[in-house]
Amino acid sequence: MKKINKNSLNGFINYGIVIAAFVVLQLLLNRGALSNSLQSLLVPTCCYIVMAVSLNLTVGILGELSLGHAGFMSLGAFSGITAAIALQGLIPSPALRLAAALLVGGLVGAIGGVIIGVPVLRLRGDYLAIVTLAFGEIIKNVIMVLYIGVDEKGLHVAMSEAGLHLAEGGVTIVKGPMGAVNVPKLASFTAGFLLILVTLLVVQNLVSSRSGRAIMALRDNRIAAESVGINVTKYKLMAFVTSAALAGAAGALFGLNYSSTVSSKFDFNTSILVLVFVVLGGLGSIRGSVIAAALLYVLPELLRQFKLAEYRMLIYAIILILVMLCTNNPMLKQLMDNTIGKFKKQPAAAEKGGAQ
Amino acid sequence: MSFLNNVITGVSLGSIYAIIALGYTMVYGIAKMLNFAHGDVIMVGAFMCFFAMGSFGLPPLVGVLLAVVVCTVLGMVIERLAYKPLRQAPSLAVLITAIGVSYLLQNGAQILWGAATKTFTPIISPTNAAGEPNALQLFGGQLSISYVALLSIVVCLVVMVSLTLFTGRTKLGKAMRACSEDKGAAQLMGINVDSTISMTFAIGSALAAVAGVLMCSAYPILSPTTGSLPGIRAFTAAVFGGIGSIPGAFLGGILLGIIETFAKAYISTDLSDAVVFAVLIIVLLVKPAGLLGKYVPEKV
Repeated sequence: MKKINKNSLNGFINYGIVIAAFVVLQLLLNRGALSNSLQSLLVPTCCYIVMAVSLNLTVGILGELSLGHAGFMSLGAFSGITAAIALQGLIPSPALRLAAALLVGGLVGAIGGVIIGVPVLRLRGDYLAIVTLAFGEIIKNVIMVLYIGVDEKGLHVAMSEAGLHLAEGGVTIVKGPMGAVNVPKLASFTAGFLLILVTLLVVQNLVSSRSGRAIMALRDNRIAAESVGINVTKYKLMAFVTSAALAGAAGALFGLNYSSTVSSKFDFNTSILVLVFVVLGGLGSIRGSVIAAALLYVLPELLRQFKLAEYRMLIYAIILILVMLCTNNPMLKQLMDNTIGKFKKQPAAAEKGGAQ
Repeated sequence: MSFLNNVITGVSLGSIYAIIALGYTMVYGIAKMLNFAHGDVIMVGAFMCFFAMGSFGLPPLVGVLLAVVVCTVLGMVIERLAYKPLRQAPSLAVLITAIGVSYLLQNGAQILWGAATKTFTPIISPTNAAGEPNALQLFGGQLSISYVALLSIVVCLVVMVSLTLFTGRTKLGKAMRACSEDKGAAQLMGINVDSTISMTFAIGSALAAVAGVLMCSAYPILSPTTGSLPGIRAFTAAVFGGIGSIPGAFLGGILLGIIETFAKAYISTDLSDAVVFAVLIIVLLVKPAGLLGKYVPEKV
């Protein structure tokens, strides 16, 4: 029998956690134990988990800081919505149409990833970060002036509503600054769950493959990796495009969860939000990203229900700063380790790699 | 004439960006960190001036001074509490902490002063008592430069020149340059690295306060999120000119202001941000360390 190595065991545990969480939540849903506001959080939480895992691929595994991940989400959201509406006649089944929309979203995300990745990945460190930020803002801005409509002749794209020249019976899908309107709500919790599983499957298999090791070698020491014959551009692009495609699919699911979506939703702050999930979950740790995204996305919404509603973002900010201080300051870390040390067999290993 | 008008609007907007970018670039140069909370310090400065002038009826100059003092102290406190403990930490951890500080300032301001947008009283009112615009009229009134715009440009030039003299001539300035070059070596030469970094934050935050007041005088709207967008744009300006370089921040800021104004005037108001960022990307692809930045090749 083949021995199961530590990597794949870790992977199986991740699938287990996600499946268990899904089953428990489904049971709670069937019993009506979840409040409406919590129910409405299910699909976005799934989207943000996928976003966090995919960003972890860029930041934690590839080791390049990206500040424009929401741009790919935006690309996915608007292309997914367009596909879902345009294919209405062709694919009557909502579930299949959702799947098609997610695929289109992922594909457009991937194309965006290639277009952005080729120039961006030549840069390094903070310059790379600022250019991803710039691309995120450009995507947001361009979609804000874009009008997309569909009629029997096909898709029309223009910079103004009049410029669309839609035939009789045509529908305007994206209305510039108003964003996408009259979106069919195709997204479901089950679809979100399946998307998470697919994401885990893709990312975990990539990480434990030969390519994944090449990507991590590039992260740990680019010059050494290059000198043993690893193709820098190819592997960097591979990680970046995979990450973009997954973000695109997550965006499509996110877009199809609301009846209208504006492009300013996917701004710099959204990118930062996902980056916070990744860093607090632990760079390079897939499980950390999943758990951090789920907890941190739901936490502010839970705080909303208490009397502290006004202070929720303030509390969030303070927690964020304190966590970073406690995990990164040598003195505080020592103090924490000493306190927790009694319960742990070994002190936490030093954080490895990631964007420095 | 509209072309010249646009140039002047661009330069005055760019001057404000340049003042903010100087703060970014100095902090980056010395602490090697992206201080994302810088934009929110601008907002705090503008609020201070707003309250000093609006609620207490103090003269504009006192308002500006108060803003500068409060922001200087705020900058030093932030540095001491949030960034100093992370001196040895990976830069991503510092970045996230800076984002946390930015959230903290924004939400703190929202709780203290409310989320509603306020109308800022410009330090030089746009019209004088007779109802004529407070502006310099040239070419028989065809070209009109508001005094606020002039003030921005003058302040930016003064700041730029004094900073260059400060870093080049004074002991503290030289200490700053030494720290940005090599902290360990600087310490061995007897430079107090901690107090030098603290001083850098103080100067950067004081500049942010000035920029905040100037910005809100030119575009008189004030809310807890006022600082974030100019903050990002100024950060872009700092990278554009080569982050860590003081003349670079100046050049980047002015160019960014001009590009933004021209994009608004001749291309599209909605796409002005896209144009600015596209130019940034193109510049970085040709000169990966910005216009005046030094490109340091990696040594094996």
